[in-house]
Amino acid sequence: MNPIGEKYLRKKALPFLWCPGCGNGTILGATVRAIESLGIREDVALVGGIGCSGWIPVYIDADTLHSLHGRTLPFATGLKMSNPKRKVIVFTGDGDCLGIGGNHFIHTARRNLDITVIMVNNQIYGMTGGQVAPTTPLKAKTKTSFYGNPEDPFDACELAKVAGATYVARWTAAHALSLSRSIAEAITHEGFAFIEVIAQCPTQAGRIIYGTADPARLLDTLKAQTVSVKSASKLDAEALQGKWLIGTLHHDKGKTEFSRSYFGMAGPRGGKPAA
Amino acid sequence: MNHEKSITEIKILQGNEAVVEGALAAGCRYFAGYPITPATEIAELMSERLPPLGGVFMQMEDEIASICATIGAAFGGALACTASSGPGISLMQEGIGYAAETEAPIVVVNVMRGGPSTGMPTAAGQQDIIQARAGSHGDYEIIALMPSSSQEAFELTYRAFALAQHYRVPVYVLSDEIIGHTREKVRIPGGLRPIERKHPRERENYLPYKAGADDLLDGMPAFNEGYRLLIDGQLHSEDGNRAGHLPDVCAQLTERLCRKITGHREEIYDLETHFLDDAERVVVCFGSPARPALRAVKDARDRGVRAGYMKIRTIWPFPEEAIAALAGKARTLIVPELNVGRVVQEVRRVTAGRTEVVSLPKLGGLLHTPDEILAELMKRRRP
Repeated sequence: MNPIGEKYLRKKALPFLWCPGCGNGTILGATVRAIESLGIREDVALVGGIGCSGWIPVYIDADTLHSLHGRTLPFATGLKMSNPKRKVIVFTGDGDCLGIGGNHFIHTARRNLDITVIMVNNQIYGMTGGQVAPTTPLKAKTKTSFYGNPEDPFDACELAKVAGATYVARWTAAHALSLSRSIAEAITHEGFAFIEVIAQCPTQAGRIIYGTADPARLLDTLKAQTVSVKSASKLDAEALQGKWLIGTLHHDKGKTEFSRSYFGMAGPRGGKPAA
Repeated sequence: MNHEKSITEIKILQGNEAVVEGALAAGCRYFAGYPITPATEIAELMSERLPPLGGVFMQMEDEIASICATIGAAFGGALACTASSGPGISLMQEGIGYAAETEAPIVVVNVMRGGPSTGMPTAAGQQDIIQARAGSHGDYEIIALMPSSSQEAFELTYRAFALAQHYRVPVYVLSDEIIGHTREKVRIPGGLRPIERKHPRERENYLPYKAGADDLLDGMPAFNEGYRLLIDGQLHSEDGNRAGHLPDVCAQLTERLCRKITGHREEIYDLETHFLDDAERVVVCFGSPARPALRAVKDARDRGVRAGYMKIRTIWPFPEEAIAALAGKARTLIVPELNVGRVVQEVRRVTAGRTEVVSLPKLGGLLHTPDEILAELMKRRRP
């Protein structure tokens, strides 16, 4: 086993339940490399939602709470506010975060609570067998959009930004090293940090939306659909049509983080939690 | 932080305020809630009282977030609590099931109002007693306490935190609009110590879900104490890993989650009884109807009826043995409750036809008058 895998994987939880070629393993790897680079293993509190991506923290041998569908952020809020020194990292899917959990998402971003949210966007409900998601492209046929998806997808990063997130980035599972650096930056950022990771899903989105279950071809498609933030400034609107911007999309270091704000104004103890 | 006071204090408090005092005395340092009538005063007072103690009050975006944040804080190391009423408690049910399954020690206060649905927001009910035991999906057991005064709201909330930690279970305080808003004397005893969470006896090879012979877990470590915990709402093995592929493990966990409460019920029971020695006709009551019931029993005795009184403070687990014992002595059990007659079914079940059981339901948000209960006590007087 890879030494970092040897060090960080919760071996009793193996084997992975993911399909061959799934993007979640790449994201798991990027996360543990970020944790390793920061040397914060004993300080992290990991929270997973329900869906394929919610399993990422279950395989990481650290304190892990595998929570309820859509409710990662309230659980994370309780963990963070009961001890603001811990580094809370949330793993959620597009359905988990933007569908059933959408209200928690906008409110936790608004509070600018110092947690890191990694939202894996596979553009579909994967674990339940390929149903339409809030991120599924318009007109895409899925198991529950038989005649094509009549709805426009969310832009999760724009939503995070307008809701109040102070670090917003987007990567794909084809950008493992950049993603890992971004996760480390997000953990270090004091405030609500949101990273959308667009991931290939060979079994569901691949077969159903993209017409291929070949992970390599899907990764090539992901790469072809992305434009870096730097390159985008040189391109016109037409060239950017249908492309995902990748990179750090928003980084505001000036806004007060929630726990500091809370403990700063609340009571004579002046910023010190009880525990 | 040591918050105990050495001398007894007398305060005039409404039940909702007494809940807050009981929670704080127990060491509650995290509260997440959402405004709802008639429970809002609990959140309001928590928002004032917790911060100076170094605690956290958070008004969440809804009750789903409130219960989940409460559970997160419990695993984060805090004694944690939420409070709501009818519709809010319904929204919390998935989280309460999660807390039961992951054995999260939390306290949930339900200041019951009339239902169903939006129901009667400003009037009392006791229509959520069955929900408290079985409102979430799947098989599990919880503990539920029912105060009938501000004093009991204080005492039972304090005890709810102790029970939650000891049995690692969600504990309900089932108050109601009448108890919540009745302002009366509360004696807060001096020297009350905060509830302490027990840490595991052993750190090496610690298994978070390995129960002892008593079906209870070995203490509770918090996150970031070096245990590398895995907490999962899926049925799991002793190490926390999912066990969906292991039918025996899943069956045993489900059974233990129930047995760890029902098997300890005689330690959990808290009953107040009066005049049972010679009682032929006993009022079995809980929550706010326990108040007119006691008056009615005394009035009946003044009129020569051998009336008795049993107040149940711990409605779940149901005090089966105590009720069954009554059936051997009393000819009639009268059960006043602010619903269509729910707990009376439990009384009938455990007495199994050995005594007459009379349901005395009251709906519409009103409390029984003493005379209504007295009339029932007098009506079937032996010739």
